[in-house]
Amino acid sequence: MLKIIVCVKAVPDPKEADRLKIDPVTKSIPRLDIQLVLNPLDCHALEAAFQSRRKYGAQVTALSMGPPAAGNVLRECLALGADEGILLTDPAFAGADTYATAFTLASAIRKLGFVDLVLCGMVSSDGSTEWVGAQIAAFLDLPVVTRVSEILEDQGDVWTIKSDYENGYRIVKLKLPAVLTVTREINQPKALSFSGILKARSKQIIEWNLESLDLPAERVGLKGSPTCVSELSNLESRRAVEMLEGTLEEKVDHLIEILTNARAA
Amino acid sequence: MMAQENAKVFVIAELGMRGTERVTLQLIGKARQLADEIDYGVGVILLGSDLADSEQELIEAGADLVLKGDAETLELYQAELYTAIIVKLVKEYQPEILLLGSTSMGRELAPLLAARLETGLTAHCIDLAINASGILEQRIPAYGGMITIICPIKRPQMATVAEGVFPNPVLDSSRTGNVIPIEIQDGISLRAHTLEIVREELMGISLESAQVIVAGGAGAGDVDGWREITELASVLNAGLGSTRPVVDAGWSDFDSMIGQSGKMVNPDVYIGVGISGDLQHMVGITGPKIMVAVNNDPKSHIFEQVDYGVVEDCRIFVPALVSALKDNKAKPD
Repeated sequence: MLKIIVCVKAVPDPKEADRLKIDPVTKSIPRLDIQLVLNPLDCHALEAAFQSRRKYGAQVTALSMGPPAAGNVLRECLALGADEGILLTDPAFAGADTYATAFTLASAIRKLGFVDLVLCGMVSSDGSTEWVGAQIAAFLDLPVVTRVSEILEDQGDVWTIKSDYENGYRIVKLKLPAVLTVTREINQPKALSFSGILKARSKQIIEWNLESLDLPAERVGLKGSPTCVSELSNLESRRAVEMLEGTLEEKVDHLIEILTNARAA
Repeated sequence: MMAQENAKVFVIAELGMRGTERVTLQLIGKARQLADEIDYGVGVILLGSDLADSEQELIEAGADLVLKGDAETLELYQAELYTAIIVKLVKEYQPEILLLGSTSMGRELAPLLAARLETGLTAHCIDLAINASGILEQRIPAYGGMITIICPIKRPQMATVAEGVFPNPVLDSSRTGNVIPIEIQDGISLRAHTLEIVREELMGISLESAQVIVAGGAGAGDVDGWREITELASVLNAGLGSTRPVVDAGWSDFDSMIGQSGKMVNPDVYIGVGISGDLQHMVGITGPKIMVAVNNDPKSHIFEQVDYGVVEDCRIFVPALVSALKDNKAKPD
């Protein structure tokens, strides 16, 4: 039986996230009551784990670092089919950059003992760095393939992987244990089912804090982060807009005139 | 001082289908500028096979020192091998700054290097500058404004930058630099072994070279709405761009995404359809003469950032525009 860890992130609902704006006066980001949801690409990482479980049998653990409210996202992972959920939560973890985040997640994976596969979504909708999956691999000294779009062969412990590469793809032969970050092309995740939600009720979410991971406080959160934000600034709009008025047809004609003058139509 | 001792601003070079990637030369140009401010030299790490004299172009772009690893095993980017070689070189040369392109390779290699070097890394910067204390200020757009990130203590200060953020440097064929060959050990066993990299010729108009770009956003509503926007791009003979929500919804692929974590473009005319004006997208568009936006929300931030605005539901406006453009084309001049 494979042991698979799926790293997930609770992100501000992408549909609402553009309400988060730098306050022009305080130069800080005001806290808004935006719901935390499962990072969209992480659903594909979970589904990849479930597919391996269906084929070969696996124990699937969803792992996340975040505030206590991120527990709801792990509960959703359980309802989708994860066997267990682990939330790394501690005030000391707050303010982590990708380095400290990956270090903390890697420490938790190490605590779990041997794993065959660590799966992550390629990128989070809020951070957009793509760093964490690769950095977990570096901290665990595991090989990594990022942007995986298809698993071509997954028998035994040498897999053949297809992953996105500039205007094309690459084929990688990969010895497990390993870390994969996946794109949305890899599979079609299943929607939440009522029976899944019912089953999840009997599953527990395990919470680990700094002490459970036995890490020094200076290696996690803001203190453990090599980078920091030094300044937030506003951008002023640089263009004066002319709104096209009139009926639909008038607007269409006016725009075509503008485009024609610009030699674009 | 010898250039190799003095080289403290480093760039990891990347080779594409037709020689050195443009982003590499752009980064060397920027590195030259940063290095001059802090009185250092520019170093480049170049890994590949059958490299011939490809270091020459790097020197002409501004490099003082090229560390050149030329071996068959380096023909394709191999994460573990490249990481091991570069980590060793960085520990030896101790650069202050290390820059990579936001390419497929850079996006995988940069975080591996940063973790192994125990240092910070900033993703997809749109500006880099040295502040009064000699620290690299790395700017990224977020939350409707600009965030400056620094890596105050750990070294090197690492950042990735997309193609097109910095201009192509003027090549100076009279420049000289040192080239130091790196010895590559044979027979390193790879756990992740890239067997082949296939890069396809692009279909349609490439975004980077398009004079007109039609970009669609979440306002397309659904796949059918997206198809109309595709049609508009086709009628205008324009490049087709997208935003993160479009890619997330699966209407278009990642290569069409314009913005900080996607492509940087510089068309003459930009037409944004169903786009909210999110800065992460908008910073990807530099210097168009004319910007047009179509959005059903008159209060949308996009209208603060364009020259002409149309308040209409794009699912109604785009088909009407496409149909009128087709009628115009059908008419004799």
